[in-house]
Amino acid sequence: MTTLDSDIAHLLAGSLVLVSFLLLYQDRMFALLNVFALHAIVLAFSVAWQAHLQHAPHLFITALIALLFKGVIIPAALHRIVVRLGIHRTIETVVSIGPTMLFGMGLVALSVVVMLPLTQSAGAFVREDLAFALSVLLLGFLMMVTRRNAVSQVIGFMSLENGLVLAATGARGMPLVVEISVGFSVLIAFLVIGIFLFRIRERFDTVELQALDMSRGESE
Amino acid sequence: MSVSVGTLALAGLLGTPVIGALLLAAIPTYRVAAGLNMILCAITFASATLLYSHRPEPSLYLLVDDLNTVFLIIGTLVGFTTSLFSAGYIAHELQSRKLRSRDLRFYHALYQFLMFSMDLALVSNNIGLMWVAIELATLTTVVMVGIYRTNAALEASWKYFILGSVGIGLALFGTILVYLAAQERLGEGMPAMAWDRLAAHSAGFDPALLNLSFIFLLLGYGTKVGLVPVHAWLPDAHAEGPTPISAVLSGLLLNVALFALLRFRLIMAGNPAVLSPGPMMVTMGALSLVFAGFMIYRRRDIKRMFAYSSIEHMGIITLAFGLGGPLANFAGLLHMAMHSLTKSAIFFGVGYISQLEGTQRIADIRGLTQSEPLLGWLLVVGAVAIAGLPPFGIFTSEFLLVTSTFARSPWLAILLVIGLMIAFSALALRLHGLAFGETVKRHALPAWRLAPMALHLGLVAIAGIYLPGAIVAWFRHVATQLG
Repeated sequence: MTTLDSDIAHLLAGSLVLVSFLLLYQDRMFALLNVFALHAIVLAFSVAWQAHLQHAPHLFITALIALLFKGVIIPAALHRIVVRLGIHRTIETVVSIGPTMLFGMGLVALSVVVMLPLTQSAGAFVREDLAFALSVLLLGFLMMVTRRNAVSQVIGFMSLENGLVLAATGARGMPLVVEISVGFSVLIAFLVIGIFLFRIRERFDTVELQALDMSRGESE
Repeated sequence: MSVSVGTLALAGLLGTPVIGALLLAAIPTYRVAAGLNMILCAITFASATLLYSHRPEPSLYLLVDDLNTVFLIIGTLVGFTTSLFSAGYIAHELQSRKLRSRDLRFYHALYQFLMFSMDLALVSNNIGLMWVAIELATLTTVVMVGIYRTNAALEASWKYFILGSVGIGLALFGTILVYLAAQERLGEGMPAMAWDRLAAHSAGFDPALLNLSFIFLLLGYGTKVGLVPVHAWLPDAHAEGPTPISAVLSGLLLNVALFALLRFRLIMAGNPAVLSPGPMMVTMGALSLVFAGFMIYRRRDIKRMFAYSSIEHMGIITLAFGLGGPLANFAGLLHMAMHSLTKSAIFFGVGYISQLEGTQRIADIRGLTQSEPLLGWLLVVGAVAIAGLPPFGIFTSEFLLVTSTFARSPWLAILLVIGLMIAFSALALRLHGLAFGETVKRHALPAWRLAPMALHLGLVAIAGIYLPGAIVAWFRHVATQLG
């Protein structure tokens, strides 16, 4: 692998982390969907580059799934759902965006600190790729935790999953990557269909504690 | 000859539920479907028992060894008896119009598919395949939990979906790290994901990578085991789904996830340079035990209460396996078997109770031993067994665990005993209100419907009084392998 090859791979993986931050920053639903489409497209390029470097043509399938399914179909479907359910205005956050971004930076630092010294024996490239992947994963978590709205939780989950695909393709010659990415797509399709069929707007959160207790079967 | 019998049995174990799921999706009458469901589960159970004596050759994908036959036999047995219980339970749900016959077609097909994915997770020799199978099992149960489509059921289903997805995401990252650690030694491709090779060669793997991977795997699969602090989905999923699914979740799915953890623990055990996974498992186990004990007190919903009791017992089992050593492992295996049988029996009972009384609220249910004596007393027996009183099997395993813990780390044993006492007194308190007291209600439940519950509790009682030598030898053998 030449320096340029790995530089391009790093550029693409690093952009994925950057786009993850963009996701955290969005406070409008449609913008969030667009940024997620960008996330998926960057992932598709990154995976395709790995497929090219590793001479692993089957990874192109994973890249294609990322591009078409997560980059086009899912954002379009979510777009329609958002319009139908009338939730396009703002995204309710549990923690405001400033502290979330700071926390996200902390998470990226954490994954770099954890991954770089740990994987001494693995190749330098794999090591950095894993650090990026873990960052994307943790930022996806952060998004799931700090958002109330079901659609943005799903987007958080999908960005988390993009991090996993990045890690899996970075691990040279890992079997079942394509199968796993197909499996994830099925899972996401389920999620989206679930939101649509059952009109899940929020995590059923309510300010009335009594109502919450009732639904948990804990009130007298 | 024995090879071909083993292969046939393995094919029966995995093929029956898949074909069954397709058939059941096509059958509109629920009586026929429920009957077929029982027959299919019986065939699967028979195949699993056959695998005990006839093992097929391990391949890169599938493996039958001493460890997974224990889980397979218990799992398919509970799957079979639950299908018996389910037949009576869903007939009532159909009458009371909580479910439509179209839902039931779906329900039966999913039930078989769930059995398939759990059996696949247990027999898979490939850590990637195991992950896929556990993901499938999670998805199937998510759909089944939401089958009533009430707000509460959907919330439970959604919560389970989100937390379960996060859990399997973490587990996948851990799996990738294990592959990376193995890849240098075993080369790229499938062999570096085959569990038997990983376990045999793990001494040469990078310890730092293995350490990190186990943390992810523990949190990831731990979510599915229902360990505190990643347990939040479990009580909701148990309380809001159909009761046969609560029984299968507690009796089976939690064990499958724990089995995955044990597999990885064995990989870790082969490498002397890694952190010992034991203390991590002990910490999460003890935390789950004590936390769930306190939570049982506050429950107002009967299914939710027993769901917390499942968290408590999974905590005990994880603690036992985390402690390690032949005696603690033996106690862990025995406890797992006993808990599966007892807890699913309790859920069978609770399912009937909530149908007869029309509520799951503990405060609204009283005097069961008067209104429905057989069911009431069986519930008392089940609760006594789950609380860990003699002469039941859970007492045996808890006693073994407490004594072996006392010998090695007394402080931990004190914590363990306190946790057990809290859960015990909480259960005793609630049980009193449920089972005794005056009531004018009288129900008539056909006695045969209680047969699966009586069978499970009978087995647990027999195991508590006299554990057959063959089973002791078998469990002891597996316990030694677990290290």
